[in-house]
Amino acid sequence: MSRQKYKKATPTQQQYQIFAKDREPKRPVVSNCLKAFLVGGIICTIGQALQMMYIEYFNFDETNAGNPTVATLIIFSVLLTGFGVYDHIAQWAGAGTAVPITGFANTVTSASIEHRSEGYVLGVGGNMFKIAGPVIVYGVFSAFVVALIKIIIKELGGI
Amino acid sequence: MLKGHQSWVFESKPVIIASAAVGGPFEGNGALSEDFDILHSDIWLGQDSFEKAERKLLEEACQKAIDKAGMKKEDIQFLLSGDLMNQITPSSFAARTLGMPYLGIFGACSSSMEGLALASLMIDSKFAKNALAAASSHNAAAEKQFRYPTEYGAQKPPTAQWTVTGAGAAVVAEEGDGPKVTRATIGRVVDMGISDPFNMGAAMAPAAVDTIEAHFRDFNIDPSYYDIIATGDLGAVGHRIAGDLLIEHGMKIPKKIFTDCGLLIYTEEQPTLAGASGCACSATVTYGHFMRRMKKGELKKILIVATGALLSPMSYQQKESIPCIAHAVAIEM
Repeated sequence: MSRQKYKKATPTQQQYQIFAKDREPKRPVVSNCLKAFLVGGIICTIGQALQMMYIEYFNFDETNAGNPTVATLIIFSVLLTGFGVYDHIAQWAGAGTAVPITGFANTVTSASIEHRSEGYVLGVGGNMFKIAGPVIVYGVFSAFVVALIKIIIKELGGI
Repeated sequence: MLKGHQSWVFESKPVIIASAAVGGPFEGNGALSEDFDILHSDIWLGQDSFEKAERKLLEEACQKAIDKAGMKKEDIQFLLSGDLMNQITPSSFAARTLGMPYLGIFGACSSSMEGLALASLMIDSKFAKNALAAASSHNAAAEKQFRYPTEYGAQKPPTAQWTVTGAGAAVVAEEGDGPKVTRATIGRVVDMGISDPFNMGAAMAPAAVDTIEAHFRDFNIDPSYYDIIATGDLGAVGHRIAGDLLIEHGMKIPKKIFTDCGLLIYTEEQPTLAGASGCACSATVTYGHFMRRMKKGELKKILIVATGALLSPMSYQQKESIPCIAHAVAIEM
């Protein structure tokens, strides 16, 4: 727990939080990291195999084979989410299924399925990007900032 | 009648003449499946939303309890019901179907015992001849409102709990056969600054301890008076903390009588992490499991301390800590 949180708490609260912390099971960080590495690696390997397949058999080259590869992974992730399997894999794999492109597809699909009962506009449309939205917002914004820095450095006669 | 600071003693001893518990598929595979009156294999219950499914669960539990009491809907004078959803819609919508005079209550997961305590109060004070106390929760509806979409692949920490899909209801009356409600202790809101909604057990444990201590202080009885003292839904984490906290406060509750509804309802093999939670956790375990054991004569005196976390999805996003409450009700044969 961060120090700031302790500062806001009263002495009794602080005392209790330390008391409770001692009795809570810890997240198994090391084994979670290993599982995430394994599953994340497997997904990336599948992606690599798909890319090579698209180059080898479908006349794509290295610059554009990424598109059908990503699309294939997304379709698989969406199907697994729809069949109710993805969340079970994720509970075991943790960041391994969250970080790659499959995790992103899962956030959009799961939110869409969940809010289907509120209709297509207010439900699916309004909530589809509930979890994925912040990633897009800050992803685009940070890309913009990085691009700006690159241009400035270039203009100043840098690399 | 008021006893001590925050407790009631029901001198007329209102009787739980009938009770019912309804559960979903996960509960059907659980450790107490035989104690449910109705079990569903589909979490949707044939409805088109989880919220409607929860309402159905609640309606069925109420109807079943009324049937078991040998009464008709029209015979019930008051309905007290609560659940976890925004504006307690499952309760109010079920009350629309049942068409009874209705008081909606909200005490999060403590609603079950809040309802039973208030129903007993109404009967003891002669403001009602009978009343129906009910509570419900639905796993997917609660996840949807408080956490993430059900199919979202987020890894839950080992302190997380599994919301029970189910509903429990009890018909309390002036006279009849059955276990009697003898005492109740109304809890204070306790906030120890825990703000993680995936660690409700640790957040609620101090509230449970506060109410348990108040109960024994107000009535001046020893914990060994009861055959079972069961907290509502502390789970493995909260149960351990509450037990240690009671010892630290100098209160001795024998280990074999101190338990938690959230630890009883599922089996070890089920992937519930720290145990069960939700209004239906204490409601189904009390109205299903404990009532059956009391009728069989295995238990004579029980104390149910239903715990509730009074947070909203908005409050935790705004980084507020989780205020918690616990209400205790004593039931004796």
